[in-house]
Amino acid sequence: MTQSYTNYILHLADNALILGQRNAEWCGHGPVLEQDIAITNISLDLIGQARSLYQYAAELKGNGATEDSLAFLRTEREFKNCLLAEQPNGDWAQTILRQFFVSTFQFYLYQSLLTHSDSTLAAIAEKSLKEVRYHLRWGSEWVIRLGDGTEESARRMNKAVSELWCYTGEFFVPADYETAAGSDPAGLKDAFYSKVREVFTQASLAVPENVFMHTGGKNGMHTEHLGFILSDLQYMQRAYPGCEW
Amino acid sequence: MPVVDPDQLFQDKIDNEIKIEPKDQMPDAYRKTNIRQISQHAHSEIVGMLPEGNWISRAPSLKRKAILLAKVQDEGGHGLYLYSAAETLGMSREEMINDLHSGKAKYSSIFNYPTLSWADIGAIGWLVDGAAIMNQVMLTRTSYGPYARAMVRICKEESFHQRQGFDALLVLSRGTKEQRDMCQDAINRWWWPALMMFGPRDTESTNSDQSMKWKIKRKSNDELRQNFIDMIAEQIKTLGMHLPDPDLKWNEERKHYDFGEINWDEFWQVVKGNGPCNKQRLDARRKAWEEGEWVREAAIEYAKKRLTS
Ligand SMILES: [Fe+2]
Ligand SMILES: [Fe+2]
Ligand SMILES: [Fe+2]
Repeated sequence: MTQSYTNYILHLADNALILGQRNAEWCGHGPVLEQDIAITNISLDLIGQARSLYQYAAELKGNGATEDSLAFLRTEREFKNCLLAEQPNGDWAQTILRQFFVSTFQFYLYQSLLTHSDSTLAAIAEKSLKEVRYHLRWGSEWVIRLGDGTEESARRMNKAVSELWCYTGEFFVPADYETAAGSDPAGLKDAFYSKVREVFTQASLAVPENVFMHTGGKNGMHTEHLGFILSDLQYMQRAYPGCEW
Repeated sequence: MPVVDPDQLFQDKIDNEIKIEPKDQMPDAYRKTNIRQISQHAHSEIVGMLPEGNWISRAPSLKRKAILLAKVQDEGGHGLYLYSAAETLGMSREEMINDLHSGKAKYSSIFNYPTLSWADIGAIGWLVDGAAIMNQVMLTRTSYGPYARAMVRICKEESFHQRQGFDALLVLSRGTKEQRDMCQDAINRWWWPALMMFGPRDTESTNSDQSMKWKIKRKSNDELRQNFIDMIAEQIKTLGMHLPDPDLKWNEERKHYDFGEINWDEFWQVVKGNGPCNKQRLDARRKAWEEGEWVREAAIEYAKKRLTS
């Protein structure tokens, strides 16, 4: 397998890990106990997906790479997650919307990967899809609940839309390694936005038009947030190199 | 016809090991004691998420991160069962949470200590969950049915937590010098607070007698503490670490470990709110609750709309 294909797997893994790391910040601080548990559950699923993907990438890479060396010893510029995944939690509305967007994308992406010629990747996609289906349902329900809840929750949802919409376009601009891996994210664009429109309509949320879309994450050009995420994430492995934990 | 004293009837049920259920007659004090104890236990689970949650973002491997996240989530689940058990006695979760935030209700003082290194996560699993289990295993046989049943479920997870904590320390104990130092330092800091988890000495404990008579408790604070010390004093041998108590010694006559004096002044200070993290812990809980208010309101409002539409 080529370096480019490994990069594709790393890209998928980084998306899952970085969003999982973000969601985990809610653990113990959620708005109500049941939802504290729910967001932690999603975080656990995402970290589990990331682990399967890193383990596979490590296998492809060889040379003693492990899931941990890939997660903890790469630099900001080597991370390939979409910018959306690294955006701050903000309030519950922003966290919900970020999750809803990512889950919607992952849902169509993993579905398309079920028939991928690499059976290992297809198997990871199949397992992940079961979880993502639930994340998508949970996220959709919350977008609707907040959009159609109180005046304040609607205001906060609209603000979240204006904060995060500009990061949705990146999903559909293929990086070289995606094209090389036979993945066609641009082909998922219509399905993604039509699902978003459907949920936004139920939530009484307006769909923004003509928004400039930020890109770069997939190729290692991140927002300033990622460096801080990594300084937490990687702290122990950087401070105590080469240890078993 | 002989006059039946309801309190005597109640005590007879207890003595005959018949569980008390939510709709049963019970003395007011029994209800109150259970509400106080179960809600305090629920609060401890929730506040207990904070010190360990402090290391989720920095866990040293993906496996440890997943284990820790799942553990802290379990504690949230425990809080949920316990709030439900307490609600069967007629107090709402919201009221209980308000009492926590106002300082009227207590939670376990152990969570007012800081987690300063990764080893603290192992030490908490091993010592803090370990001490909690001593108490909770006893509570699986407590006289109030819903509390006893909640405990059965919780105990299974707690013993898992303890094993995971011990395992994390075992890895450290076999690691580099820095890792072994980190491990010993965590044990040094958590040992005495863990012993304080069993509460004051029996001679000083105010609620104990009645609680024993009602079989809410079945073992005294000192008994449980001694069982815990005997267990840990053996387990630590596998770690090749030591407990920070020069007086700890096997007593062949008693068939128990002797141990040194607990710093009761520190114990009471932390109970009174002067522990290293009392303020931070309560502030964090209040902040989460206040910032979540609009979310809870929106959920209620949305549910109402569904109902009427
Ligand atoms: Fe606990
Ligand atoms: Fe617990
Ligand atoms: Fe536990």
